Amino acid sequence: MNPFVVLSFVAVAAVTIGGGLGVVLARTVFASGLFLILSFIGVAGIYVLLEAPFLAATQVLVYVGAVAVLILFAIMLTRRVMSGSTQDNRMNNQWIAAALVALLLFALLVGTTFQQWNLSQDSPPPDSVAQLGAAFLGPYILPFEIVSVLLLAALIGAIVIARE
Amino acid sequence: MPSIPLQWYLIVAAALFCIGLYGALVRRNAVAILMGVELMLNAVNINLVAFWRYITPTNMNGQVFAIFIIALAAAEAAVGLALFIAIYRTRDTVNVEEINLLKF
Repeated sequence: MNPFVVLSFVAVAAVTIGGGLGVVLARTVFASGLFLILSFIGVAGIYVLLEAPFLAATQVLVYVGAVAVLILFAIMLTRRVMSGSTQDNRMNNQWIAAALVALLLFALLVGTTFQQWNLSQDSPPPDSVAQLGAAFLGPYILPFEIVSVLLLAALIGAIVIARE
Repeated sequence: MPSIPLQWYLIVAAALFCIGLYGALVRRNAVAILMGVELMLNAVNINLVAFWRYITPTNMNGQVFAIFIIALAAAEAAVGLALFIAIYRTRDTVNVEEINLLKF
C-alpha cells in the first residue's frame, strides 16, 4: 500500500469521525454546527480519495456552503432560550440506552463488512464527470426532473412555513 | 486497484452513521437532532461512493444515487429548519421535550 495514500485516508477519516463526535458531544449547539462543517469537509476528502472529484466539489458547495450555513442561521435564530440555561441539559435522560443501541449497531455493521466483496479491477473512466452528466440526462432523466420539482416544492414550502 | 481496502471506508461510514444516530437520539435541541440526521445521510453517501469505486467503477449509478441523496438532504434541511423556526416563533423553544402538543 502506498503510505501517502494511507496517511491521507487516516487524516480525512480522523477529521470526519472527530467532527462527528464533536457534533454530538459539543457543549453548545453553535459549536456543534462548526464541528458539523469539519465533518462535512472530511467527507469531501473521502470522496477525493475515492476518485469522485465532482462529488467532493458538490459536497463542499451544497453541505459546507448551503446546509451548514442554513443550520448556523437556524441556531442563531432560535438561540435565546437555549443559551439561557447554563447547566448541562443538552442531552436527555436516555443517553445510556442510546449509546448502547449505537454501539450494538456499529458492531453489527462492522461484522457485516467481514466478507468477500466481489471487487472490480477497473478504474473509473477519465471522463467520469461527463459520464455522470450523460447518466443524469439519459437513464436518470425522470428522477432528475422530479428532484427539480421537489426542490422547488421544498423552497416554496420552507418560505410558507417560516414566514410570519 | 486502489491501495486502501474497501472495508476501511465501510467502517468509517458505519462509525459516522452510529455517531449521527446517537446524536439524533440523545440531543434535546431540535437543530442538533437535524445535525445528527445529516451525519447519517453523509455516512450512507460514503458507503454508496465506496461501493461504486470498488465494485462498479465503470458504471456511474453509485455517484448518481449519492447526488440524489445530497439534493434530498438539502431539501429536508430547508423544510426542517423552517419548521423549527416556525415552532420557535409560537412556542419560544426548540427543545423537543417541550414540543408535545400532539402528546396526551
